[in-house]
Amino acid sequence: MGKWTRRGLITAGVLAGGVFAVGVAIRPGRRQGELAPLVAGEGEAMVNDWVLIGPDNVVTAVIPHSEMGQGVHTALTQMLADELDADWSMVRIREAPAEDAYANYALGRGYILGDTRVPKSLDPTIDGLFLQVGKAMHLQITGGSNSVRNTGRVGMRVAGAAARQMLREAAAEAWGVPVQDVVAAAGRLLHPATGREATYGQFAPAAGARRPPVQPTLKRVDEFRIMGTSVPRRDIPAKVDGSARFGIDAVVEGMKYAAVVNAPVFGAVLTSVDADEVSRRPGVHAVVTLKDAVAVVADGWWQAQQAVASLRPQWSATEADSRSSEALYKQFDASMAQALEDGREERDEQVGDARGVLANAARVVEATYRVPFLAHACMEPMNATVALSDGACEVWLGSQNPLGTKHDVAAALGIAPETVRVHNHYMGGGFGRRSQNDVAIQAALIAREAGVPVKLIWSREEDIRHDHYRPAVTSRFRAGIAADGRILAWENQFVDKHEPVEAPLIPYAVANRFVHFTSSPTHVPFGPWRSVDHSQHGFFTEAFFDEVAAAVGRDPYELRRELLADKPRHLAVLDLAAGKAGWTRPREPGHGRGIALQQSFGSIVATVAEVAMVNNRPRVERVVCAVDAGYAVTPDGLSAQMESGILYGLTAALYGEISIDNGAVLQSNFHDYRVVRMDEAPVIEVHILNSGAPMGGGGEPGTPGIAPAVANAIFDATGHRIRELPISRHDFDYRVEEREA
Amino acid sequence: MELLINGQVRRLDVDPQMPLLWAIRENLGLTGTKFGCGVAQCGACTVHVDGKAVRSCVTPVASVAGKAVTTIEGLGSDAGLHPLQQAWIEQQVPQCGYCQSGQLMSAAALLMENPAPDDAAIDAAMRGNLCRCGMYGRIRRAIRQAAGRSTEAPASEPAVGVYEPRREKRHG
Repeated sequence: MGKWTRRGLITAGVLAGGVFAVGVAIRPGRRQGELAPLVAGEGEAMVNDWVLIGPDNVVTAVIPHSEMGQGVHTALTQMLADELDADWSMVRIREAPAEDAYANYALGRGYILGDTRVPKSLDPTIDGLFLQVGKAMHLQITGGSNSVRNTGRVGMRVAGAAARQMLREAAAEAWGVPVQDVVAAAGRLLHPATGREATYGQFAPAAGARRPPVQPTLKRVDEFRIMGTSVPRRDIPAKVDGSARFGIDAVVEGMKYAAVVNAPVFGAVLTSVDADEVSRRPGVHAVVTLKDAVAVVADGWWQAQQAVASLRPQWSATEADSRSSEALYKQFDASMAQALEDGREERDEQVGDARGVLANAARVVEATYRVPFLAHACMEPMNATVALSDGACEVWLGSQNPLGTKHDVAAALGIAPETVRVHNHYMGGGFGRRSQNDVAIQAALIAREAGVPVKLIWSREEDIRHDHYRPAVTSRFRAGIAADGRILAWENQFVDKHEPVEAPLIPYAVANRFVHFTSSPTHVPFGPWRSVDHSQHGFFTEAFFDEVAAAVGRDPYELRRELLADKPRHLAVLDLAAGKAGWTRPREPGHGRGIALQQSFGSIVATVAEVAMVNNRPRVERVVCAVDAGYAVTPDGLSAQMESGILYGLTAALYGEISIDNGAVLQSNFHDYRVVRMDEAPVIEVHILNSGAPMGGGGEPGTPGIAPAVANAIFDATGHRIRELPISRHDFDYRVEEREA
Repeated sequence: MELLINGQVRRLDVDPQMPLLWAIRENLGLTGTKFGCGVAQCGACTVHVDGKAVRSCVTPVASVAGKAVTTIEGLGSDAGLHPLQQAWIEQQVPQCGYCQSGQLMSAAALLMENPAPDDAAIDAAMRGNLCRCGMYGRIRRAIRQAAGRSTEAPASEPAVGVYEPRREKRHG
């Protein structure tokens, strides 16, 4: 799979020497002194910063990413252990502590080099200095499907390979033999000619004292032993017997429980609250007023919740008090119209002369699409536990961004970041929500006011109503068609661009393309939501493409094939999904099939959905998915991520809607923010392609394709075009008609 | 009051109206049972009361006095894991894992009542348990396995795809 490049080394050196100081895998040993007390246990020697080898030959992988069920701890450890030639049964996993030295090197490097963008939507989670190179970058984010494709590729594998080489060198020196004659295999060092043998552990201290190699050679795919196998996930046994500890399970001596009511309208502040009666209730420890919330701290959470719910807080009036979702959509329309009038569109992609071609096209197909705000609705409601003592702060939570938590909590309390210690836990779902630090900050402020350690748990209602939402977006299309049916031009205008930048771009060979956007900010907080901008643009572009195919009388799969002739990797994925789904098989009346293709986070996914209309409602019966993530480190894990991403996207497509009414969120719990249940869950088949392309992500790419595949299947079944989500908003008044032969 | 939980009698001094969930988690320190919605919409808090699946977030603790409560911590036995827990591991069911205590308790109650459920019975018994990681297919498979039914073959092995770096670069 190639070598660690000189360019990468130099860059890492600069990073390791600069404020970033995170190139731990690249200049192993460099920060040994600082890191050793944090991760090295009794008798352990640090071979380099992401791998520890003990005298008992136990290898510990130190993983700078958080586990939220995506299997990242296992996959990254496989990458490290394979390059190290470790004995898998002796490998342990430890999550890196939230220290600057573990800042997410891959993201940081990618930002500097420009090959990975730091998602702009994460800005508010860090601080205003976030994007300024050379200032503190507190990055330890798990998101953007980055772990395997960046940390794994340039971190864990290099760390493993470097450690292996240093161990071999150490043995060679001790035994007085050439290093190339020392074999490393399954946690042992061997010199076959003399029969000498030792464990890695025996040479760990000597290896740790060596200078790390400049260019550790990485294995070729055909040399992989642990990568590419579906090893059992390490976190699963604790998740079937109740012993796994999530943030909400943290127990701290002397802690009280806090429940909160946040200002219903985003931006409003607390003006008054009469806390007299509640304060006198038995078990109530304190009523804490914050700028935009009121909290009750009590002996138990249920008591606290009952008490806070009985308060009648008064909130300030804001400009958003009368705003509704419909008003926001009108605002988007106005912003877009204004941008067109002023010629002030911001350009995403401009190839050829789309507008000129559209002006003269034989036909123009036009459509407007839109999607609502979406909450993440992680199964584990938002929570954080904070204990403050003289000059120190400890935080217990599950976070996608523990280092950000540390710095943001410190800033909120006005204390030094070094005094904040974050204990990261398993997350009961993250999906982007747990990259925000709002709840940890709030818990810290409540704990400070209450004067006791506090476990803050948001009710489900607070969770749904105070999320950082996937934004509502409107997207307009025009396609210019030639007299002979060829697609000549593609114009797309939308509001509210975030990340990844390429999300709205189509892979198809349309000669004239103009993709542009207009910002139209709302008062509703937004944040990354599984697959970020791909979640809406995957729906928009792939559903509109289907419309265009129908307009020119072409099979949507065949038309995609034709316009992907120059993209063999995309074509292979598309063909695999269509083939496995039986695309050409005839459909029963009232049944439909839809296809979608989306490249995101370095992976290409094709999705085929089969829908049956039952009592005038669509029922998704089967989903066939093909994915090329370059190389599947854990095939079953990648498959599980696809299954998960598809269901997450299906819930959004069918039901997902956060609506704004009088400035506040209308929905509150799972009865009105519906989630797909088992009896609605389609059979999902996942087919993996290992193309050998650079590794792509797994956590997010499954999500974008399902909404358009289902929408296109519904059109196939009913002739009803879905241009607005959720699908549950649509009435299907149609009759089953026999298809023409 | 006294509570019979996982075969042990435990004393509790709490508001009788307090939901069982919070008594279990906060007063008895058994954190395997999870809070998800507070209104019996998600099933994360499912426990057994006299062998039936119950949403502990809406069950007043006083109402279970004198009854046998089982939580996820009491699902296995001294002999080891419950067959469902074993199947959960074999089918690699959990992702984030947060809902899985409730899923397992609902599934265990189903198998006590119906040792050989068909898929419709599985769906009906399990539709009250939400999983945001969307692991319904694997849950179904694991229940079938624990019920002694055959499970369909797992996902196919990866195939070799197409990657031509030079061609890929031409069109970003």
